[in-house]
Amino acid sequence: MLQTKMRQDDEALSSQSRASRPKLLAVASGGGHWIQLMRIAQAFADCSVTFVTVHNSYRDQVAGHNFYVVNDANRWSKIALLKAAVKLAWIVWSEKPDIVISTGAAPGYLALRLGRMIGARTIWLDSIANVEQLSMSGSRIGRFADLWLTQWPHLTRPGGPYYAGSVL
Amino acid sequence: MIFVTVGTQGHFDRLVRTVDEWAGKHGRTDVFAQTGPSDASYRHIRSEQFVDPAKFREHVESASLVVAHAGMGSIITALELGKRIIVMPRRASMGEQRNDHQMATARRFAQQGRIEVAFDERELLDKLDHLDVIDEAEPLRPQASQDLIASIRTFIRTGHVDVEAHRLRYDQMALQNCRSSVPSARREDTGLDFVHSSPVVPILSEVGSEPK
Repeated sequence: MLQTKMRQDDEALSSQSRASRPKLLAVASGGGHWIQLMRIAQAFADCSVTFVTVHNSYRDQVAGHNFYVVNDANRWSKIALLKAAVKLAWIVWSEKPDIVISTGAAPGYLALRLGRMIGARTIWLDSIANVEQLSMSGSRIGRFADLWLTQWPHLTRPGGPYYAGSVL
Repeated sequence: MIFVTVGTQGHFDRLVRTVDEWAGKHGRTDVFAQTGPSDASYRHIRSEQFVDPAKFREHVESASLVVAHAGMGSIITALELGKRIIVMPRRASMGEQRNDHQMATARRFAQQGRIEVAFDERELLDKLDHLDVIDEAEPLRPQASQDLIASIRTFIRTGHVDVEAHRLRYDQMALQNCRSSVPSARREDTGLDFVHSSPVVPILSEVGSEPK
C-alpha cells in the first residue's frame, strides 16, 4: 500500500529532472519507530530516499529505494552504539544527504548529529509513544534538529519541540 | 483467530500466560502468540518468538482480536487494519521494560477511546470475557495526518515551515475543549498549558479568566 503510493508519486515525478531531487536519509529503529516512519513517507515523495533501519526484514516495504541496516543500539550498550555510529557515519558520508529525518530512537539521534556535521537539514519526529515526556533521544536532539517535532500538543515548548500533527 | 503479540524488545510472559489460561478455560484453540525473547511454553496456544513484518501483518489481518503490549507497532498495525485491540502495558517494576512509558501511552490511548486497555491480568481476563462489547474499529487511513505530511513536505522543500499555523488551529481546538469541559485540574489534559504559552493574543483574550 505504501510502496504503491510511493511508486505512484515516483512515476508522477519521472518527467521532472531527477537530478534536482533532494537526497533524503530516513532513519528509524524497529517496531513502532519504523511504522511511524512509513506513515510519514508520503512527505518524501519529491526526494530521492535512502532508508536506514535495524532489521533486514523491512527491506521489501521500501523496495526500489536505497536501504541500509545498522545494528540496533540504545544508550545502555556503548559498544553497540559505537558500532552503529561508525556504520551511520559511513552511510552519511557516502550518501551525502540534503535532509536527514528520524522517528527515533538512538540510531536516528546519531544520524541527525552526523548529518548536521555535513550540513544536512535535520528533522526529528518524536514517537507518539512518548506522551508524558519526550524520549531520551528526542529531548537531547533539540539543538541539532532544524525541525523538532512532538506528536503531543501538551509537550510543546516555546522554541521547540513543536506540534504539527501526528501519525494517527 | 486471536493474535497475541509482545514485540521484540523483551519477554512479557505475564501477558501471554494470562491469555493461555483464558484460552484453556474457554476451550479456545484459535490463539496464536508472538512471544519475543522468552523460553516460556504454553499449553493451550500456539506460539513463536518472532515473526517477520509481512507475516506479522498477515496475522493481524486474519485475527478478529489482537491482544498486545502497549507498543506503537502493535497498536498502529491493528488500527490500520481496523481490528479490535486490547493492550496491557509492560511494567518496569516487573522487569518488563526499563521505564513505565507504556503505562503512559496506554492511559492516553484509553482516554481517547481508540483501544481497550487492561492495566493488569485481572482486567485483561475481564475484557476477554466480554469480547462481545468491544466495538469493531474504523480502519485508520494509511498515512499520518495531512497536517503533519504537509509540514514535513514544506520543510523539506523550503527549509521553513509555519508551525505557528498549527499551533493556532490547535489552540482553537483546545479552547473549544475548555469551554465544554470542566475542572481546572483537567486543563493539563486538554492541552491548555499550551494555550498559556501561545502568542496568539486575540484568542487568549476570549478566554477571559485565563491568566495572561
